[in-house]
Amino acid sequence: MSKTPTEKLTQAELEANFSQSITTGVGRSIKHESAEKQVSGEAQYIDDKLEFPNQLHVYARTSDKAHARILSIDTSPCYQFSGVRLVISAKDVPGDLDIGAVLAGDPLLADGVVEYYGQPVIAIAATSHEIAREAAAAAIIEYEELEAILDIEDALEKKHFVLESHQHKQGDSKKALATAPHRIQGKLHIGGQEHFYLETQIASVMPTEDNGMIVYSSTQNPTEIQKLVASVLAVPMHKVVVDMRRMGGGFGGKETQAATPACLCAVIAHLTKQPTKMRLPRVEDMMMTGKRHPFLVTYDIGYDNNGRLHGVDIQLAGNCGFSPDLSGSIVDRAMFHADNAYFLEDATITGHRCKTNTASNTAYRGFGGPQGMVPIEEIMDTIARNLDKDPLEVRQINYYDTKTRNTTPYHQKIEQDILPEITDHLIESSQYFTRRQEIIQFNKTSPILKKGLAMTPVKFGISFTATFLNQAGALIHIYTDGSIHLNHGGTEMGQGLNTKVAQIVAETFQVDCDRIHITATNTEKVPNTSPTAASSGTDLNGKAAQNAALTIKQRLIEFAATHYSANKDEIEFQNSHVRIGAHYCSFEELIQLAYFNQISLSSTGYYKTPKIFYDRDAAKGHPFYYYAYGMACCEVLVDSLTGEYKMLRTDILHDVGASLNPAIDIGQIEGGFVQGMGWLTTEELIWNDKGRLMTNSPASYKIPAIADTPLDFRVNLVESRKNPEETVYHSKAVGEPPFMLGIAAWCAIKDAVASIADYKIQPTIDAPATPEKVLFGIQNIKQQLNAYTEK
Amino acid sequence: MLQFLHNQELRTERDLDPNMTVLNYLRTIRNKTGTKEGCASGDCGACTVVLAEIDSSGLKLKYSSINSCLTFVSVLHGKQLITVEDLQEEQTLHTTQQAMASCHGSQCGFCTPGFVMSLFALQKNQSTYNKDKTTEALSGNLCRCTGYRPIYQAAEESYSQKTTDQFDRLEEKTLEQLKAIPPISKLGIHSKQHYSFSPSTIEELAECYLNYPDAHLLAGGTDLALEVTQFHRKLPTLIYLGNVTDMKKVSVGNTHIEIGSACPISDCYNVLTTEYPDFGDLLHRFASLQIRNQGTLGGNIANASPIGDSPPLLIALGATLQLRQGDKRRSIPIEQYFLDYKKTVRQSSEFIETVSIPKRSTNIFKAYKVSKRLDDDISAVCLGINLTIKDNQIFDARAAFGGMAAIPKRAENCEQALIGQTFDESTFELACKALEKDFTPLSDFRASKEYRLLVGQNLLRKYYLETHYQLTHKLENAYSLTRVTAHV
Repeated sequence: MSKTPTEKLTQAELEANFSQSITTGVGRSIKHESAEKQVSGEAQYIDDKLEFPNQLHVYARTSDKAHARILSIDTSPCYQFSGVRLVISAKDVPGDLDIGAVLAGDPLLADGVVEYYGQPVIAIAATSHEIAREAAAAAIIEYEELEAILDIEDALEKKHFVLESHQHKQGDSKKALATAPHRIQGKLHIGGQEHFYLETQIASVMPTEDNGMIVYSSTQNPTEIQKLVASVLAVPMHKVVVDMRRMGGGFGGKETQAATPACLCAVIAHLTKQPTKMRLPRVEDMMMTGKRHPFLVTYDIGYDNNGRLHGVDIQLAGNCGFSPDLSGSIVDRAMFHADNAYFLEDATITGHRCKTNTASNTAYRGFGGPQGMVPIEEIMDTIARNLDKDPLEVRQINYYDTKTRNTTPYHQKIEQDILPEITDHLIESSQYFTRRQEIIQFNKTSPILKKGLAMTPVKFGISFTATFLNQAGALIHIYTDGSIHLNHGGTEMGQGLNTKVAQIVAETFQVDCDRIHITATNTEKVPNTSPTAASSGTDLNGKAAQNAALTIKQRLIEFAATHYSANKDEIEFQNSHVRIGAHYCSFEELIQLAYFNQISLSSTGYYKTPKIFYDRDAAKGHPFYYYAYGMACCEVLVDSLTGEYKMLRTDILHDVGASLNPAIDIGQIEGGFVQGMGWLTTEELIWNDKGRLMTNSPASYKIPAIADTPLDFRVNLVESRKNPEETVYHSKAVGEPPFMLGIAAWCAIKDAVASIADYKIQPTIDAPATPEKVLFGIQNIKQQLNAYTEK
Repeated sequence: MLQFLHNQELRTERDLDPNMTVLNYLRTIRNKTGTKEGCASGDCGACTVVLAEIDSSGLKLKYSSINSCLTFVSVLHGKQLITVEDLQEEQTLHTTQQAMASCHGSQCGFCTPGFVMSLFALQKNQSTYNKDKTTEALSGNLCRCTGYRPIYQAAEESYSQKTTDQFDRLEEKTLEQLKAIPPISKLGIHSKQHYSFSPSTIEELAECYLNYPDAHLLAGGTDLALEVTQFHRKLPTLIYLGNVTDMKKVSVGNTHIEIGSACPISDCYNVLTTEYPDFGDLLHRFASLQIRNQGTLGGNIANASPIGDSPPLLIALGATLQLRQGDKRRSIPIEQYFLDYKKTVRQSSEFIETVSIPKRSTNIFKAYKVSKRLDDDISAVCLGINLTIKDNQIFDARAAFGGMAAIPKRAENCEQALIGQTFDESTFELACKALEKDFTPLSDFRASKEYRLLVGQNLLRKYYLETHYQLTHKLENAYSLTRVTAHV
């Protein structure tokens, strides 16, 4: 054991060090742990790893029919290509063919029938990606086409569902609607969304002894990849190791959809005993994998003269694609957010899960929540137009309070309600009312360009609604030099989870982050993990890591108390130093001493979320530990001759509790807003009448580019608002909630269009509001206006 | 044989397949995996690298960001290739890298190397921070995580930290090294099955094309490379135009601007925007800077896409093309070049040598592009319109549309409805009506036929209003009242 320099320090010097603070603990805006590696090109993604000399490249030949029976598959032509090692179809999978995440329905390779255009039918392994692709094209697959249902309206009408419908009920909406002073009905289509993670789906697999596999997968859910690889191979889970260092973006798209490449690689590695890799080219990624669910929403709403709701009946139909995947929970979450921030009182919320012959739609940031919220925001705007009120006023009058108007349609009580306060602050900081007047004036004198302004809230429930998923584990080792090795069950996809968890452990031990090293998420280190999803990454894994750290810290305290004959409450950790009564030592000195005295310096940590429960049959309970709040104010400029628009300004005030890392939190808010705005504006998915996705590359599918961001973009965190719940350092989850701030951009576009009819008619513009939809919305409102003036 | 500098190292490559992209060269041959593939179609910018070459003065280096996924290796000869791994000096990150890290401009990090390289090129080409220039430089880099705000901040920060970097210090040496690389043989490079010829003069090009009439002409390659990266076809014989310096020239005469067909869009920008500001505005929205640095005006015409951005404008301006086949030359009005979808009058071994554009006189030229996304998107509808108005009478009218037919096409009925008429709203309403006779547009994922026609008509209305504001109200900044793109 080498001597550390701090051992030479005097007690006075140690005391001086002790009295300083660490600089990288909780609440500090430290940069992403991989930032320097990312900017220099050193950060490795799976495709950057050195390849094994005998590695095979896997390529899937996919269906070019939306729904068809497979009559025959002839793979013999594939073997004419030099370099082809193996071609497999469904019958070659040794174990369970189904890789459905929660519910069955997702065959790894089509088994007798194809159910969407883009579904993998056979997989080819060859010495290069090019050879595998060429060989794949040579296979002869004969189909007998079956009737395909491509349209959600069609599916809904035929009750063609992947799962049963479900309902939340509070009070008597029928009665309330019958007696409402005003009543409106409406219908709204909400588009889906391609994740467009910059790194496409990828896995590489190395066979090991005892029929084992090491799987490198770009996945948000290593445990599930482990489970599915084991199941397709018919081996126990302990044979499979999944390792995940970082993803090049996930956004929900790698929660279940990472399984296909991983399992195909594993099956072929198992059959050939060679390492394998499968990376999806962009177009194939977009055609093969599921997306955000498009929704069809119908509503019947009553309201009074003040704009307050008086009976609500909302039907939410999600387009699930061909299989259930996670659609049960996703449509549930849409239903849980049909109220957004508003007390619905007498409400019936119904969710349908429509089956269509398209890729199976899946998790995407917000997990159905955004699709649930859009309709109620549309309703708020419509009420405002009909009553000639400012939409913000209608929103405010419908807000929850914590006294009487405080139960959701699923009977959870609203306990913390900071939205009125957030609203007041944002009204002031954005100068909402002054700008509202300026915009009204501008629109009166501007014949072509119209400005719109909208301010919309977000209340988002935090916790997995499948209650058992709300658990996490972590593993900490402290080595004898005082360096700390940290592992947890969460995955790093850019959101800064590893950085935050390191800060939490740093804070707990009062050491700086440079002492802590987080390595790849690995199923051998922390088992049975939940997906990094539902914004829960830090809440769950941060707390588990904190618990692991506290266990070791407690051992150290007890040891030091005995060793130095001090009281436990006289032992303090600060700035990589420890005070034991009047004695000071460095952290590493204490660690060494503990080691020599046979104290265990390794611990797991575990956490499960308290308080939550939910009875789905009764549709009642407390599914969310707490809510995260936020509000956005958007100003947009719309060209009434073309429907084009430009975001002029966005002000956001968002609640993250006590921030663990303000810079990372602001990054999530800005990125979430822009992604949400993209979903509701330029990101349009279009399929042709054969069920082929036509917008299948960035040439045709347009996510926001730099010029689409608001010219003036101001984001602030709600100050000094700790989460009242016992979350990790009283922080709040931040991954998904800000996504729904993007709704303000959509409402602002419609506000600009509404100005054409003096804000008395709510324009009909479905989401996404592409320039085309905006222009037709304008045409429509002009026609209504003409009809109105002629009357 | 291909010779180029990879950072400071002279590379001599003998066996590269001419169909290999720079991205694949880096990732598979050189094991330099910092440069990422996000789409392999030039739409996301994750693969951005920088090329430095000797500028026209011969005294300085000219830095350009390009999409390595769409660039074939032949392009590298005589240039310096700089990738994300090359920027840091020993252990010190480049100021652009430091700024991206410290401003939290990197989240998942996959797009980050591309952003860093675009920022690096920007820093080399622009001496002080400018938000518009930053937007332009980054318009071809997609980030799905950050929402871009911290990247703007990083751009600004990188300027405040800017120092003389190793590329500046080594500029003279680099210039010497590049000058020492002999010109590539006109035989170019070849693998077992694929050839890429590299003529240096127009005569050599003409001769080579006569000898290989089935060859593909490779200019910027930003469209042609998609054949390889997206459609998985082989291009057995290429003739690379990038070394034909005489065909990259821009000259301004008394009556016309002459642009060599192999001139990158970026290099035509200044002359076109000076003469026709609307042309310049549109070029700003033409794909992305990376694409404009490679893609050429000639290529944009030659590939005869119905939705190419420059042809409608050039048709409206009455541009002519000089075509050449061997020693034979002919000039045609550009609108006669396009016959049908992707069919042109270009004969075997014939190529576009020069584009000739009349200079401005009394005509009022305007250009419009309507697309789903403002930047780096393909037009749903594009209009070039050019009227001569005297004493409130329309003497001449040329209006050409992209996105409305199988080819970029003049709206003849519409033009006839304008010519000889009073410049007023009712004339334009008649022109809008006439447009229905000119076009029967198609519906696709970019736009419906109904939208295309309505927008086409509305763009005519917009031309009227803007011109009316300018002529009648002497408004100089009329676009701030009519175009969202004027608000930046």
